[in-house]
Amino acid sequence: MGLLSDPYRRRALSRLILRLNTPLCILSYLAGLGWFLGLASPPFTLRSYMSENAMGSTMVEEQFVFGERALSYAREFAGHKKKVGGIPVAWLEKTMWNLGLEVYKQPFSRTLPFPDETRERYMVKGTNVYGILRAPRAASTESLVLSVPCSMGQHNNQAVGLMLALASYFRGQIYWAKDIIFLVNEHDLIGMEAWLEAYHDVNVTEVLSSGMLGRAGAIQAAVSLELSSDVITSFDVAVEGLNGQLPNLDLVNLFYAFCQKNGLLCTIQGKLQRTDWDTLPAYVHSLQTLLLMVLKQGSGRPQGDHGLFLRYHIEAITVRGINSFRQYKYDMGTMGKTLEGMFRKLNNLLERLHQSYFFYLLPSLARFVSIGVYMPAVGGLVLVLVLKISPVPQLQGEWESSGLQQGQA
Amino acid sequence: MAGAAGVLGLLLLLLLGSLGGCGGSTAPPRDSLREELLLSPLPSGDLAATFQFRARWDSELHREGGGPLTLLPAVSHYRLFPKALGQLLSKYLVRELHLSLTQGFWRTRTWGQPYLQAPAGAELWVWFQDSVTDVDKAWKELSNILSGIFCASLNFIDSTNTVTPTASFKPLGLANVTDYHLLRYAVLPREVVCTENLTPWKKLLPCGSKAGLAVLLKAERLFHTSYHSQAVHIRPICRDASCLSVSWELRQTLTVVFDTFSIGQGKRDWSLFKMFSRTVTEACPLASESKIYVDISSKTQENELLEVTPPPLSVHEASVQGDRRTYAVYDLLSPFLFNVSRSLNVQLKWKRPQDSLDLSTPVLHAQRYVSGYGLQTGEISTLIYNTHPYRAFPVILLETVPWYLRLYVHTLVITTKGKENKPSYIHYQPAKDRRRPHLLEMLIQLPANSVTKITIQFERALLKWTEYTPDPNHGFYVSPSVLSALVPSVIAMKAEDAEQSPLFTSLFPSSDGSSYFVRLYTEPLLVNLPTPDFSMPYNVICLTCTVVAVCYGSFYNLLTRTFHVEEPNRGGLAKRLANIIRKVRGVPPL
Repeated sequence: MGLLSDPYRRRALSRLILRLNTPLCILSYLAGLGWFLGLASPPFTLRSYMSENAMGSTMVEEQFVFGERALSYAREFAGHKKKVGGIPVAWLEKTMWNLGLEVYKQPFSRTLPFPDETRERYMVKGTNVYGILRAPRAASTESLVLSVPCSMGQHNNQAVGLMLALASYFRGQIYWAKDIIFLVNEHDLIGMEAWLEAYHDVNVTEVLSSGMLGRAGAIQAAVSLELSSDVITSFDVAVEGLNGQLPNLDLVNLFYAFCQKNGLLCTIQGKLQRTDWDTLPAYVHSLQTLLLMVLKQGSGRPQGDHGLFLRYHIEAITVRGINSFRQYKYDMGTMGKTLEGMFRKLNNLLERLHQSYFFYLLPSLARFVSIGVYMPAVGGLVLVLVLKISPVPQLQGEWESSGLQQGQA
Repeated sequence: MAGAAGVLGLLLLLLLGSLGGCGGSTAPPRDSLREELLLSPLPSGDLAATFQFRARWDSELHREGGGPLTLLPAVSHYRLFPKALGQLLSKYLVRELHLSLTQGFWRTRTWGQPYLQAPAGAELWVWFQDSVTDVDKAWKELSNILSGIFCASLNFIDSTNTVTPTASFKPLGLANVTDYHLLRYAVLPREVVCTENLTPWKKLLPCGSKAGLAVLLKAERLFHTSYHSQAVHIRPICRDASCLSVSWELRQTLTVVFDTFSIGQGKRDWSLFKMFSRTVTEACPLASESKIYVDISSKTQENELLEVTPPPLSVHEASVQGDRRTYAVYDLLSPFLFNVSRSLNVQLKWKRPQDSLDLSTPVLHAQRYVSGYGLQTGEISTLIYNTHPYRAFPVILLETVPWYLRLYVHTLVITTKGKENKPSYIHYQPAKDRRRPHLLEMLIQLPANSVTKITIQFERALLKWTEYTPDPNHGFYVSPSVLSALVPSVIAMKAEDAEQSPLFTSLFPSSDGSSYFVRLYTEPLLVNLPTPDFSMPYNVICLTCTVVAVCYGSFYNLLTRTFHVEEPNRGGLAKRLANIIRKVRGVPPL
């Protein structure tokens, strides 16, 4: 440690910092910024991999074939929703009962602090309907959630249909170890928060709701599904949650793995990933994806209904079906197979997801940047402050000595 | 002379032989076996099958040297009673033993009140005789031996999960002294039941699984069910109504619930062959009674809702759990049963589909869950529902919470219909870290048609890093809590003779006809404790070594380095070169 214990060296160093203070600050700022912009390029990114052993090794054949049933449920749901003008509670209850689930409903209401723009109302009233598939020979200690928001108009009808078809398929299987809760929530985020608060029996946002009757133990993971068309061209995943919290990276990797297995096109931030990694346009594309994710995290707004689960230590993602002007379309059967595969893998979990990263940035679905790699960018910016204050003791010493001399003289 | 003596001897022998034979035929049988299968359709459409095998062993009372009256099996001649359990009773001076292994959870709200309920996992509770000197030692040895007999991990029962309840578990058999210090209770919620546990259980049956009702117990179909519970209950009972002598009773019960939705593809019809892939061909030759009961109460209520084939030879009416119920009886020992076909395959067909959403809820049911989120605090909430329209009754709640969830009893709140409800009896034993769990027993009055909510807050402890299991993020289990109540019944039930009535009505002693005893268990809970990052010990070692090496070196330097003045001297070429290198390095020259 000759550098710090040698008084000559120390003085030389501090004089250097003092003399070159501004250039050094500018340099470290630019280094931090450059590091951040370089995060999207190949040297900084790693290929995604499954960290959790329980989710890696099983290769099962998905057998979901109820695509037609999903479409017919979707039509019925759309018709009843139009007739009732909101969530068709009675029809949902009866349909879920006939599928063999335990059905419960939860009415809730909330007075908004500001009136809602579209309808100029203060009071929001709604009902959540959920059915629980009880796993055979399990004591209801753990569960998974598949939630579908019930939106106004023509949105998300096919999502409800697919959920009901999946419920009817799951009901006949013997391999479930965790209960599965199929939830249809009204008013998107308000309904979701009302359901979560009633389930955990807390009062965070002062939503008034009747108590929850049906429970299924501790929720391990959740998937929120949004689908507004009969066929899709790609599946989009949204990860950013409330206050920028992110789910475990393993859940995103799970989604990507199953999309690849079933040949489904998957996107993130609405952007398809490119296969060429070394060209400039690819780099710009990755950087755009990364910056979009940073912006969305920074806004603090949850990008889907899944964002509200993260506070309760439940890993969740939102999967959206996008129907754009592409040639090749995927039908309900393929979507159902992907979701079935995801749920079967989640069923295999022995522990809560904890092996993979909780803080990451995604320049694309196949690559990620972990916190250990993007932190130096922040470090570069903080170094500016450190450089600014580090010669202060030296300066103080000089002022004191000069002051003394002046005082003496 | 010899011929006459020989004839006399033969006559004597014959006489003695006949006397002996007469004596043998007039002596009462020492033990008896009854077997029974009860098939009851549940309100949600599933089917519950309850097997009960009862062996009654007429042993003698035994007085140990003038001391207190001790019940001991007198001799070691075992016929129907299994020797493994009989030896246990005499060695550890056990008065009552109840062991159950369950996988699944009995959903009281949709399935109705169970005849015999058991908590998820393994449960063992034992009443010892009062002549036992060290109850804890006997308990530990007994649980280890049972673990070997039943191939279950009961050896994990130790002081951290054993409690001594004061009011919840009264003896089910004869008892004159009930000092609760002789009782031990433990639950292992993480245990599973598999074929390894079923096989030793079946081996205790006198006929094994070769004859009688036990042929239906094939593991492949039994483990395709929604709920599986097998239990062993040993207790002393009165031999007859006058209760002059005492017998030992061993009941082996097995309850399974078949999910008719997935088996029958939507239709709720069932048959013995569809469920068990076997039919019954004969009764167990050692059994004195062998019957199958099918609950056909729905048939008489509304006109012809269901149909049972083959038509039963007799119908039995009983008031069970406050309800009038009708049972179709198939007596396997009656000669008329196997007239038509060699095997008996009971079938039930529903004529009309059941109404969907109006299930009759049972009078008492409960639910338990963890409120709150985060890894620091939480709250255990129990909801108890009393759906009786006008009668209130008390219930005893027993909660056993492991020591690493530190309960704060001052936060215990019991509310009914918005008002505070004070329990009339509370027994609380706080936990000792790593020694014993929390025990909370309360007697709570439930008003009619109400929901009672009991909440208690806890804090999650940080365990020592060697105490974590290999899967700490799975969570830690909290045993199910026990609710014991005397539920008032709608109709008056008359007390029936234990020997004549079916087995499923006589497990719990009923004192009067106006109420029946119910024991309910709530769900086990899974709670996450704060877990450290287990790679940290390596990181800490690296960091500590680096800091020690670097800091220690420089500090030593600072403290002990002295400076000397050196005269500059001009040396040879080598010295000059060395000085140049030294100047570059910044070290004072030679």
